[in-house]
Amino acid sequence: MQTFDLSKDGLRALNSSLHALKGQTNMTAWEVINPKGAHAIAAGVDAPVEITVRGSTGYYCAGMNKQASIFIKGSAGPGVAENMMSGKVVIDGDASQYAGATGRGGLLVIKGNASSRCGISMKGIEIVVHGNIGHMSCFMAQSGSVVVLGDAGEALGDSLYEARLFVRGKVKSLGADCIEKEMRPEHFALLEDLLRRGEADHKAKPEQFRRYGSARKLYNFNIDNAAAY
Amino acid sequence: MSDFPHTPPKMSWTFSNDVNAEIRRAAATGIYDIRGGGSKRRLPHFDDLLFLGASISRYPLEGYREKCATDVWLGTRFAKNPIHLDIPITIAGMSFGALSGPAKEALGRGASAAGTSTTTGDGGMTEEERGHSKSLVYQYLPSRYGMNPDDLRRADAIEVVVGQGAKPGGGGMLLGQKISDRVANMRNLPKGIDQRSACRHPDWTGPDDLEIKILEIREITNWEKPIYIKIGGARPYYDTALAVKAGADVVVLDGMQGGTAATQDVFIENVGMPILACIPLAVKALQDLGMHRKVQLIVSGGIRTGADVAKAMALGADAVAIGTAALIALGDNDPALEAEYNKLGTTAGAYDDWHEGKDPAGITTQNPELSARFDPVLGGRRLKNYLKVMTLEAQTIARACGKNHLHNLEPEDLCALTIEGAAMAGVPLAGTNWIPGRNGGF
Repeated sequence: MQTFDLSKDGLRALNSSLHALKGQTNMTAWEVINPKGAHAIAAGVDAPVEITVRGSTGYYCAGMNKQASIFIKGSAGPGVAENMMSGKVVIDGDASQYAGATGRGGLLVIKGNASSRCGISMKGIEIVVHGNIGHMSCFMAQSGSVVVLGDAGEALGDSLYEARLFVRGKVKSLGADCIEKEMRPEHFALLEDLLRRGEADHKAKPEQFRRYGSARKLYNFNIDNAAAY
Repeated sequence: MSDFPHTPPKMSWTFSNDVNAEIRRAAATGIYDIRGGGSKRRLPHFDDLLFLGASISRYPLEGYREKCATDVWLGTRFAKNPIHLDIPITIAGMSFGALSGPAKEALGRGASAAGTSTTTGDGGMTEEERGHSKSLVYQYLPSRYGMNPDDLRRADAIEVVVGQGAKPGGGGMLLGQKISDRVANMRNLPKGIDQRSACRHPDWTGPDDLEIKILEIREITNWEKPIYIKIGGARPYYDTALAVKAGADVVVLDGMQGGTAATQDVFIENVGMPILACIPLAVKALQDLGMHRKVQLIVSGGIRTGADVAKAMALGADAVAIGTAALIALGDNDPALEAEYNKLGTTAGAYDDWHEGKDPAGITTQNPELSARFDPVLGGRRLKNYLKVMTLEAQTIARACGKNHLHNLEPEDLCALTIEGAAMAGVPLAGTNWIPGRNGGF
């Protein structure tokens, strides 16, 4: 285990060390102590390593992550795992706004609640939230899946494309072009897998969820839909 | 009665033929006009300025003997690897999707041969452009189409796009007919649907957030790459100051003549300011912060000639960027294609429906048959020639003003032909010492 004291050695040294990890490194376990809400912790890592951050993080922790498994033993600031490509990010606490924004792959697990705009403009990432998500979540979400064990705030999935949204609790309102859709067998199978990988299979079962997706009415501009814009 | 003279028919200035035609078009279709090509109204521009040239008080440099340097460094504030260009004329961001792959290749070829940079656009980085561009600026846009850390790291600079001159405050739209399999795959979206680009970034909302976003990008790229911030010509003084505060190495300022973005005609013609009005305000912001020449300023929007380049630089810019002019150099709107433009209901020089993907020049299209018409090698050569001519023209003017580097041009080398031009550029009206708005003016 490599232990890195962020308050002592600084962000640049941490990220330089993590970026230097290439291929078959044997330095596969890292621990970051004293994060104290610093920004861009472990951003841009591209190696199959495990990084445990002991405390809460600021903006953009694990931004653009590839391959790494990053565990935040606290809460995460805005934009955690933004544009993640692959790998895994697990947050024990809550996540601020824009969690998983534009993510293109990998798995983001938030064991607490996620604030507004969770999964905004997502492009393939999978997100599992054990608690609730805030307003305007999954705005313009393109692809990937979001599982919410709690409730969703206003305007869920506004201007949604092909992302799949599963919510167990109440949805305050759906955004433009977002509708409830039938749960088919493949969706139950997908949910079962996501709940298992999202460490939530002991908390919820697939049949408790509703599915939301795009009505696809705004895919091509039509003046008759102007009121929806 | 018939012998009395009649009042001749008189057209209304307010309800001109153009205005009436647009009313009829709107009534028939129920949709606003979308187009590219930038503002077509007559705007105060570099044409409103003149160089004074040398005289007894200033002596010129010999045109064919004495050196007039043109190089520029970009990104010297924080980046470990600033960019050094031979000429201060760069290629503005235009997306693969809006442009064909061969057109992007030609831009890379021409820019590299002339010693300058090109820029990606909404839609990600293509091999055609990366492979043929010695210096490639990678745009970081609200949509984040195709965004990934590998391309960030193989870029030579990163441009965080906040706004565009054609539509400050507006997002983008790539219509379904231009969404080929390749374009759709790069953007993670189904083929054939309209692809909207958001008007603001998904994971930051103000200058304080932007500062942190830039920190993240610098961390991911190990502080190697210059970070540009591109703004539309909205509030250039404050936006430039905030970009500096957020940590920009370079500010890219795009006036309302910026033309390669497709959007609503009403947006193009009614939002934003002409570049002439923007440059002095941005330069003033840099000077007030003690950052002029430390944070470099690239300006764009209607740059056409070496004279425009020289005037922009005399007003304080470090470099310029061209978009529409580059497309014309590649062969867009060429009168040789007049018959085909006629079939599209337009004429060479007026064709601006680049977003429809029917460009007979094969430049702004994803149609394989049309794009195959375009020769990227020839296009690259034409662009190189054009960039060289612009550079020679700017040097000619600079030498006439006694300057041994384009960066030594200064506002004192200029006068204005119009009151509007004098007020906006902050240089005296020709034949006077009057700068409207200053020295006791209005």
